[in-house]
Amino acid sequence: MLSIEHLTKMFGGLAAVNDVSVHFEAHKINAIIGPNGAGKSTFFNLVSGMHQPTSGKILFDGVDITTMRCDHVAKLGVGRTFQTTNLFEQATVLDNLIVGHRLRTRSGLWDVLINSRRLQAEEKECREKAREALDFVGLSHVENQFIADITQEERKRVAFALALATEPKIVLLDEPAAGVNPEETEGLAELMKKMVKTGLTVCLIEHKMDMIMGIADKIMVLDHGEKIAEGTPEQVKSNPVVIEAYLGSDEDAAA
Amino acid sequence: MNLFFQQVINGLTLGSIYGLVALGLTLVYGILHIPNFAHGALYMVGAFMTYTLMIDLGSPYWTAMAGSAIIVATLGILLERLVFYPLRHSPPIHHKIAAIGVLLFLEATVQLFWGADFRRIASPYNGILRFDGLIIPEQRLLIICGAITLLIGLQYFLRKTMTGATIIAMAQNRDGAFLVGIDSNRVAMMTFGISGALAAIAASLYAPINLVYPSMGNLVIMKAFVIIILGGMGSIPGAILGGMIIGFAEAFGGFYFASAYKDLISFGLLVIILSVRPQGLFAKGAH
Amino acid sequence: MLYKLGTLFLRPGTKYVLLALAIVFPLIAKNEYQVYVMATAFIWAIAVYGLNIITGYCGQLNLAHGGFFAIGSYALGLLTADYGWNFWPAFLAAILLSAFLGFLVGAVSLRLKEHYFAIFTLCVGFIIYLLLDKWEELTHGPIGVRDIAAPHGFGLVDFTDTTPFYYLVLVFLVLAIWFIGRLSRSLMGRTFIAIRNGDELAESLGINLMRNKVLAFILSTTYAGLAGALYAGMIRFIGPEEANINHTFDIITYLLVGGIGTISGPLVGTLGIVWITQSLQFLEEYRMIIFGPLLVVLVIFFPRGLVGSFLTWMHRKSQELGPAKKRKASKVTPSATREAENNA
Repeated sequence: MLSIEHLTKMFGGLAAVNDVSVHFEAHKINAIIGPNGAGKSTFFNLVSGMHQPTSGKILFDGVDITTMRCDHVAKLGVGRTFQTTNLFEQATVLDNLIVGHRLRTRSGLWDVLINSRRLQAEEKECREKAREALDFVGLSHVENQFIADITQEERKRVAFALALATEPKIVLLDEPAAGVNPEETEGLAELMKKMVKTGLTVCLIEHKMDMIMGIADKIMVLDHGEKIAEGTPEQVKSNPVVIEAYLGSDEDAAA
Repeated sequence: MNLFFQQVINGLTLGSIYGLVALGLTLVYGILHIPNFAHGALYMVGAFMTYTLMIDLGSPYWTAMAGSAIIVATLGILLERLVFYPLRHSPPIHHKIAAIGVLLFLEATVQLFWGADFRRIASPYNGILRFDGLIIPEQRLLIICGAITLLIGLQYFLRKTMTGATIIAMAQNRDGAFLVGIDSNRVAMMTFGISGALAAIAASLYAPINLVYPSMGNLVIMKAFVIIILGGMGSIPGAILGGMIIGFAEAFGGFYFASAYKDLISFGLLVIILSVRPQGLFAKGAH
Repeated sequence: MLYKLGTLFLRPGTKYVLLALAIVFPLIAKNEYQVYVMATAFIWAIAVYGLNIITGYCGQLNLAHGGFFAIGSYALGLLTADYGWNFWPAFLAAILLSAFLGFLVGAVSLRLKEHYFAIFTLCVGFIIYLLLDKWEELTHGPIGVRDIAAPHGFGLVDFTDTTPFYYLVLVFLVLAIWFIGRLSRSLMGRTFIAIRNGDELAESLGINLMRNKVLAFILSTTYAGLAGALYAGMIRFIGPEEANINHTFDIITYLLVGGIGTISGPLVGTLGIVWITQSLQFLEEYRMIIFGPLLVVLVIFFPRGLVGSFLTWMHRKSQELGPAKKRKASKVTPSATREAENNA
């Protein structure tokens, strides 16, 4: 599904991601863990095309996306969420989600001018996709509330829904469970399992170890930009190198 | 040769003034990530304060300059507290609009009290020094020396004092500074105060060889922006170097090419630079 | 109850009532001067709508807007006064030139993020001013352009009269609002808003940033050029001061007071402020003493202006309705909001 070969990203002489090779399989939950500053978010930025790698290769479904621009990568089916999602606070949840399907539509300025049939059809389609995504994440009941008025956990779900509305094959979730309580974390974990069941591939960055160990099929551990381990939760948990890395930076072991 | 030397002096003079103004702008940007569009208005208020203290209250030039620096520094601190602090969680576009609001207010207020007329400040140093056929007006020498002294003083303050070190630390990493317990409010106020004082001193130094009027800050602030983009936003050496580049470009460009288009030089430079290198000339790669 | 009163404004018929009022205005106005002021306000409103596209919807603070207004004015003025063109071809050329220069400036400046873009456009605005002021061979410099042609009435109307010109401006204003209304509700408008929310998120949704931003910028400069050309056709005498940065600041103030990113905001803000300054003549020169702090207070407390705050308040109220009405409320609200957005 997603193959990374010798991926490296330098920022002014410092390697944020250093020679990382990894393969993520389809229809699985893949997790990336590591201490703060290990290069996890940079890794996501490279895969999604936001940054260009210094060297290495990224293959998505057999297509080389290494140097592709972000919006092209999204069109190929890579959806993502961010640690914080800035949305239009004074608009309804549904209104915020409609644009999610924009990348699958083609209407331009002329269509807007003459209010073409294509535009109307595409707008209907986008609205339906948004509703579908909202239904999937279980938020149909807040459809007409302003973003400003929903809870932190509901915001997380809206961010998921926005990524889902792009019809991705893989979703990259950056700390999806940060800032929500244990009960809600449970709910979000369920949601990720549901995504995989419907044919999606999930790839997430997370600090909440309990959750990761419970749901991940495969874990990659990054430290100082380098891959120090990968495998099933059991393999990673018992890996001395990983234990060393986490003991070395106690602030994250607690998280 | 003599004419060439005159242009070097002009370039140094302009560069010193621009550098001081840009320095205040870049400090505020480095700490708070606000492009303070009102900075030119602070410069203008600085000139008017010196004017009033000298002409209306009869204080000597240096006292007036110090008074002006204190008043404008206070104004800067007030701005931080009343305008930018409440906006710290707002989208960046709000800072810019608020700064424009402040600029409009200061300009209109000064015009209300002093009128739109052009004014002059007579410098006590209007003599001319001659060195072997080379002519240097005293005030220009004063500007250059004053700017250098201020820069050295500021460097000393930033490098050698605790408060200065905190400002540097916060400019480099705002969140990190917060973690190690730096009082970011105090640093923000301090930065605005220094920035205001620098603008006031620059205006007071330059005023005797220029005119004082309510919209005098507009051109200066735009050039200061060009300078800090040139030098990398937030960079202190970049502001000084950028100031000198623009100062010399204007002095020589205005002299050897068309003086009517002198002001176009810096903006033309900016357009060209940003077209080629969107992150500025000396800025490190995007991070 | 205030809420009930508020719903009156959200009715779909409101916009027709307003249009009817605008049509009869010259008949009920006390004198020709009032009609003239209203026509000027309408012209400014068109420019404000332009800024609303790039700044309100797309989130990029463009400080060269007044400059593009001046380009529209000068293109029309110079073509008719110096080159003997008729009004209408010159009018069209002025609009096309604004759009084309918008494309050039946009293609360079929109690669820059946030602050850089605002600073760059500030400088572009100033370059436009300097060129108009100094390039005397082309622009006549500080003297300005005189004897600008009035719109040709084809023997039917005489646009040198205030009232016919008022109706001409009204037609363009209605067209301008109609297009914005359509744009903002379309997928394209939503794309612009997604960019305003954040470049990174928009990109990750597969949106081509450059293409959409440049398009929004061209649309906004086209509006500015249209407004500028109409202005030149009405005043028939223009100078470099049209490009003064203060005009851009005026436009920003109108937009912010009315409501940035709303459909009726630009009209509410422009008409409101123009008439208030008209009725308080002494304000004319010192208006910024009030507008400056007003801008600050608005962005701190009411960042969405009069219209935006009103819409938010109405939405909250409708959500507060009891659970029995909840279903109905949630059905009504989206369409109500849209109508509110429409009522210009």
